[in-house]
Amino acid sequence: MKPIKNALLKSPACYVAACLCAISANVAAQTEPKTSTPAPAAADAEKSGPTFSSKLLLTGGVTNIEGSAGGGLTPWAIIGGNGTKEQIGGSVFYTQARANDYTLNVAGAMVGLFDRVELSYAEQKFDTREVGGALGLGNGYKFTQKIYGAKVRVAGDAVLEQDSWLPQIAVGLQHKENDRGDLLRALGIKSDRGTDYYVSATKLFLNSSILVNGTVRLTKANQTGILGFGTNTKDKYKAYAEGSVAYLLRKDLAIGAEFRQKPDNLGFKENNWYDVFVAYAPTKNISVTLAYVDLGNIVIKEKQKAPYLSVQIGF
Amino acid sequence: MLKKICFALLALSITASGALVATQASAQEGAQVSDAATFKDFGEKAGLVKIMDDFMAGLLKDPRTKSSFENVDQQRVKEQLVDQICAILKGPCEYKGGKMGQVHRELGINRENFNALVEQLQFAMDKNNVPFSSQNKLLAVLAPMHRVIVTQ
Ligand code: HEM
Repeated sequence: MKPIKNALLKSPACYVAACLCAISANVAAQTEPKTSTPAPAAADAEKSGPTFSSKLLLTGGVTNIEGSAGGGLTPWAIIGGNGTKEQIGGSVFYTQARANDYTLNVAGAMVGLFDRVELSYAEQKFDTREVGGALGLGNGYKFTQKIYGAKVRVAGDAVLEQDSWLPQIAVGLQHKENDRGDLLRALGIKSDRGTDYYVSATKLFLNSSILVNGTVRLTKANQTGILGFGTNTKDKYKAYAEGSVAYLLRKDLAIGAEFRQKPDNLGFKENNWYDVFVAYAPTKNISVTLAYVDLGNIVIKEKQKAPYLSVQIGF
Repeated sequence: MLKKICFALLALSITASGALVATQASAQEGAQVSDAATFKDFGEKAGLVKIMDDFMAGLLKDPRTKSSFENVDQQRVKEQLVDQICAILKGPCEYKGGKMGQVHRELGINRENFNALVEQLQFAMDKNNVPFSSQNKLLAVLAPMHRVIVTQ
């Protein structure tokens, strides 16, 4: 991977075209010419599949629905992309969660700088399908939310500090802009913009192949911002807990569960979210996450459950 | 239902990780895995010899570690590694080589080199059918050594 990363480092324009870049890096990784006639054992070692690229596979997490490196529902303290201290990494992702009555599509990209800072962008499209019609908004009425994320690792190393209690700790923010301000205000919602602040602690317990993450988020968001931020009567930040646990079955396969506590400030009931997931990394650069998410009540439809599919390409 | 599974898993993992941290090895010289059965999963000393052969071949192939190992006494390094890992796995061996900090101090090793070495070790362990969970028990003891090995 080193030659690829060096090539990336030499072309700043590449960061801008993060998407193309990730894909080309991936292609390059697979077509990278092999050096001279290898000893048999070395040849075997080379083709024996994915693992650490510069980080330990899958312990770098996937991409959360808001574009940050983490589990599906919650950001982790891990800096996204495959880069180490000397390197820049990144990834692009696409996620779809199709609930009984709603569909969420998310696409985005992130850059990880020197295993210290993560910058991300994600665009969520929340399709109300027939519910939109029932509410008089029209079938297929969509909310679009843009999310700008930043995260800084402040302490620890989730993977290597195996003899210490100290988890990897990061602080971050997610600034969100919803395109349906007029509708939201008509519903008594305070704002179509908001910023969530969070602290995450992530620790890999290699001895037991378990990864644990806990996050505390300060937010005013209704349904993560899809229904705006605050209401005319309740507009204060409050802290909410989120958690993920993953068990590494193989270096390319993990299973786990998550929860995300959420505000409940609207007239429409809002519930905490839960999921169980399987994450698989067929190569160093690609991961696929399948999950089943319990979203609870959303506006006028209760018991929303969604199969969730997310694909991430990293470099 | 999903809620219950999530909470049960979370609670379980928090207790499990707590218990495991309590028994975790430290980076101090002489740290060992907690479970003597792990040594068998590596095929005991003979298995380690094979794994270290594959490991060294991988290190010499990987552009991130090649230059470090090309011009050293590879046979010695392999033998020392066998003894060191055998001792870590509670096998009947004694490590008589240099202290990790002293051996690596002047080598200018960075995080990428370190991770690459771990990756090659994983390849070699996979090739020799060491179960993943046993691999991780060894890596849990080796990983903290980055503090004295990585100098850049
Ligand atoms: C946890 C990780 C590591 C362990 C357990 C380890 C272990 C060892 C051992 C046991 C020796 C032999 C000591 C002796 O001869 O007395 C050795 C030597 C050596 N190691 Fe490491 N090592 C690690 C990481 C690295 C890394 C990341 C590099 C560079 C990529 C590296 C490069 C070398 C070199 C070049 C020697 C030979 C030094 C010489 O003979 O002058 N090691 N290592």
